[in-house]
Amino acid sequence: MASLELGYVMEHDVNMEDRPELQPAQSWFRRVHWGRGIVLWVAAAYFIIPFYAAMQFSLANDNGQFSLHPLTEIGAQPGFFSALWLSTELAFVTMVIVIVLMVPTMIYVHLRIPRFRRVMEVITILPIVIPPIVLIVGVDGVTPFWLKSSQWLLALIYVVLAMPYVYRSLDAGLGALDLKTLVEAARSLGSGWVSIIVRVLVPNLRSALMSASVLTLALVFGEFTIANLDGWQTIPVWIYDAPTIDPRINTLVAMLALFGTAVVLMIIVAFDRKSHSRRS
Amino acid sequence: MSDLITDASPSPSGVSDEISTKRSLPGALFRTLRTGAPVLPFLIYISFGLLLPTVAIVNLAFRSNKGKLTLANFRTILSAGHVHAGILMGGQYRAGFENSLKLAFVTSIIPGVLGTFLAYAIATSNHALFKRLTAACSGVLAQFGGVNLAFMFIASFGALSGVATHWLADVGLNPWDHGFDLYKFWGVAFVYMYFQVPLMVLIITPAFAGLKESWREAASNLGASTWRYWRHVGLPVLAPAVLGGMFLLFGSGFSAYATAEALTAGTIAITPIQIGDILNGNVLANQANLGYALGFSMIVILMISVVGYALLRRRTSRWLR
Repeated sequence: MASLELGYVMEHDVNMEDRPELQPAQSWFRRVHWGRGIVLWVAAAYFIIPFYAAMQFSLANDNGQFSLHPLTEIGAQPGFFSALWLSTELAFVTMVIVIVLMVPTMIYVHLRIPRFRRVMEVITILPIVIPPIVLIVGVDGVTPFWLKSSQWLLALIYVVLAMPYVYRSLDAGLGALDLKTLVEAARSLGSGWVSIIVRVLVPNLRSALMSASVLTLALVFGEFTIANLDGWQTIPVWIYDAPTIDPRINTLVAMLALFGTAVVLMIIVAFDRKSHSRRS
Repeated sequence: MSDLITDASPSPSGVSDEISTKRSLPGALFRTLRTGAPVLPFLIYISFGLLLPTVAIVNLAFRSNKGKLTLANFRTILSAGHVHAGILMGGQYRAGFENSLKLAFVTSIIPGVLGTFLAYAIATSNHALFKRLTAACSGVLAQFGGVNLAFMFIASFGALSGVATHWLADVGLNPWDHGFDLYKFWGVAFVYMYFQVPLMVLIITPAFAGLKESWREAASNLGASTWRYWRHVGLPVLAPAVLGGMFLLFGSGFSAYATAEALTAGTIAITPIQIGDILNGNVLANQANLGYALGFSMIVILMISVVGYALLRRRTSRWLR
């Protein structure tokens, strides 16, 4: 769901900065100042306290003092590495399928049938109407048995879940290119379609492709619903029901996952901003 | 879908295209197919990965175990249950649906209002860096959720070992002594706010850009008080965006599964968790298609929330031009 909004903030927050600052001259603004301080402090407390408290909870030794020792214990937990490997495999396969499927399609649609974009835009709405918990019900109903028992079914479903993210990134990336000129120039120099895509367009779409694949990676590493209901122990499922003795370890892995997601998304936002400013 | 492709097929001039279409229908069909062919892999993938499962849900929701058309699944969902030997039998799916709607309602109204105030507080800030940072943070926090978020809250606000619970208990304000329970309805709502509020900030922030500074100046030049400015200018402009955002939050809160499952270990009775139970085989043998009916009901509710969001978003964008 947030996939929709991640796109919006990238498109619109630039507007926010262009907006002239409010003048604090009016009398009502004084009062707003007060309210604003309270709102911001309460929000900061709500968002920081759980994060900080959970960090303190997980990074502590047996006496409750701060310690980095739990970090070294993660690898010794049963099942952790197989879960990590499964998530990595799934992320890799999902990324490959979604990129190979979407990049040529999106390029073609932008070049030849722009009106088809409306159909593709619908897919950005679909994860709201058909969330994972509903999708898996339908998938279970139609999947043949030989596929149901395969871990790659997860990757195939994750491709569907990742499409909105990939669509949004690629749509923005392609919109910023002068696609027609690039393609015509390359064609008049005698290159075929494969070489146009691989040698001309992909290098130009580098940042869009990077944010698409990183969002896909974050999605696969965080997806719990389908993996759990299909009985595959990916990282989130491992965190949920790992046979560890110490709950601190599970919490620590969860916190590292959150931290990793945050860092990765921050990088995307920063990248996106850079390409924005380069364009303008 | 195919007429979309036809419409968009490249034609040197509209007239000649029309004539040639009339002349040879097979030729036009062939051209449409050729133009559309490169998007076929995508369409086939979507058909198998999304359309087929959805059709299966809609179809099987109305089927009995023996494959006959029936409304029995929905009757089971809507039944309030009956008391048998002093114990309430059945009715759990209706209760789950009501809980889900209540949870979605609470986690759309409260974060909707809070997110609007927060976005306003951020939008009126004078620091560009602060704005940029909070925009990035909202984008990140709106993506939080699932197992990781649940574990974070268990570690901080859990009953016995929660670190933040201890801090509050030290100043005599242990929330668990005052009716707070992280693993019940309001606890789950409290956790959902962690991604719902930033989501609302993301949705509503562009709408504040539509609130032109000159309107407020004009209003105050005409002698309007702050109250009158908000009553007659500010709120009417913002209302569709706020309401639309709440529709989207409603959908988000209604369909969340992972956070609730991990937080309550599946003990909270909401529809997504009940669907999960059914998929795990915890269902009466004669109600095998109940899961499809529950999924279908969720799709209907989510459709309403998305349509509401889309309609209101169109109204919002009017002021952004």
